[in-house]
Amino acid sequence: MRDDAIKIIVPVGSLGAGVRPDEIRYGVERGAHAIASDAGSTDSGAAYLALGVSKNNREAVKRDLAILMKAQAEARIPLLVGSCGQAGGDAGVAWTRDIAIEIARELGLKPKIAATFCEQDKAVLKAKNAAGEIKPLAALGPLSDETIEVCEHIVAVMGPEPYIAALEAGADIVLGGRTTDTAVLASFALMKGASAGPAWHAAKVAECGAQCAVYPTRGAGVLISIGKSGFKVEPLSPDNRCDPHSVSAHMLYENANPFLLTEPGGVLDVTDAHYAAIDDRTVEVTGSIWKAAPYTMKLEGAAKGRFQTIMLIGIQDPAVLNRIDEFHDRMLAALYERVHKAIGPAAGDFHISLRLYGWNAVSGDKPAPGTPPPREVGVLFVATADTQAMATQIAKACNPYFFHFPIDLDKELPSYGFAFSPADIERGPVYEFKLNHIVEVNDPMELVRTEWIDLASKETA
Amino acid sequence: MATVKDVCRHIRSKNAGPFWVTVDLFFDGAESFAKYAESPTLGPALFAELYGADASLVKRFPVPDLHMVKISYPRTSAQGGEVERDMHCGQQFVRLLDIELD
Repeated sequence: MRDDAIKIIVPVGSLGAGVRPDEIRYGVERGAHAIASDAGSTDSGAAYLALGVSKNNREAVKRDLAILMKAQAEARIPLLVGSCGQAGGDAGVAWTRDIAIEIARELGLKPKIAATFCEQDKAVLKAKNAAGEIKPLAALGPLSDETIEVCEHIVAVMGPEPYIAALEAGADIVLGGRTTDTAVLASFALMKGASAGPAWHAAKVAECGAQCAVYPTRGAGVLISIGKSGFKVEPLSPDNRCDPHSVSAHMLYENANPFLLTEPGGVLDVTDAHYAAIDDRTVEVTGSIWKAAPYTMKLEGAAKGRFQTIMLIGIQDPAVLNRIDEFHDRMLAALYERVHKAIGPAAGDFHISLRLYGWNAVSGDKPAPGTPPPREVGVLFVATADTQAMATQIAKACNPYFFHFPIDLDKELPSYGFAFSPADIERGPVYEFKLNHIVEVNDPMELVRTEWIDLASKETA
Repeated sequence: MATVKDVCRHIRSKNAGPFWVTVDLFFDGAESFAKYAESPTLGPALFAELYGADASLVKRFPVPDLHMVKISYPRTSAQGGEVERDMHCGQQFVRLLDIELD
């Protein structure tokens, strides 16, 4: 690989997780041409898309973004951020844009910022669906208008093209809506004409920052250098290193298929990729192939479901713990009966679950006979109902039974250890992803909107 | 008689998007990989039984260079639903630990 490679600083796995200024300095000194970071994921659940809020706190995002914006201005290299505000909905992009403007004012920076939005209008999607341009991915079926309608927000996951378009139009900083992790990291190199296989594979390896290194907790970021026939990856922290195993193993991470990665406009195939150490901290990868395919964007949609109210008790009484499965089944039956008697049909199609933390809460499976009893359990009560008010009424009706339910009926009523008062905690609605579909587009920009914030001309105007 | 945990140095599970789970079994070396990577015990029926997955959708990918096998299966309910107990599916591998391979 010649040394005219395109070098990209990937500062951190997700914006807000802790960028290190010394690492950014190292990357700039190594001749980086751009900084690119992802800022989100579906991984933490649908609530963030449905609510339009980030999982990260504002100060952490501002701190990281300030370090990167300063480096952008000093080194005069572009800064690209994908999936802004966690879910990459319009609210997340606007939130990140406003933080960036605040930082620019505080630091006296005057970047030209492009904000790219990819939240979708329901009428547009219904028309596309009617035209047969939306297809399900396993294991979901064809999309109905009702499913589109129940979603609070829907995003079409962007590829690299909106970033390239913004850069070509002169953006210093691009703040993108929901984007594949790889697309935002690959975009600059693709714009510069790098080979697509190495560009996409480098981006996949770097998507979680230093997680592809031997010591994922030593430092936050990596430098990828994309050449004509392959790419190199090294950690940004001097006390860390990449080796062929750490780099090749990352292709497995959160990926259903370890060899193929479907992206907007094609598939990355790493079946024949070769990983070689070129020094004690850098790995070179060759043989990655990009196979172009008709352009599609994945749709992500989050809906608000029914409401939950929870309560928590701790139990240490050995008499209960010795017969914990029996206790669970009897208490659950008693709670259902209590709600039927106390509230009746007004409770609707409610649901109660009791999760025994310290015994079997995570699986819900009954442990094998003969399993020694736990020393204590936390019992999480979860009531689900059509409204928040009804979920709370159900919890209140159950409260005395949940608090005092005896293992032996002929003894004095026990009292278990409530953690809080009031005991019932309103958790709000359940949020769920409803879409696992792709939409065909005629142009990668068809479903994308770009807003420009030119701080330089604003200040002079 | 060897169980999954006897022949693997590392086992993990994780969401692969909100509708899929992926399990990585890193065997303890070339010998175990050769012996168990294609084991019928680790087939779709096991994932249907343990996780309620649709057996016809379960996928298995041996990765010889890493002496590992990746197995991916669809979730029975999308991430974060009313009965969610493991949001990121990071604990789902535990049910595999004591499965007997021979």
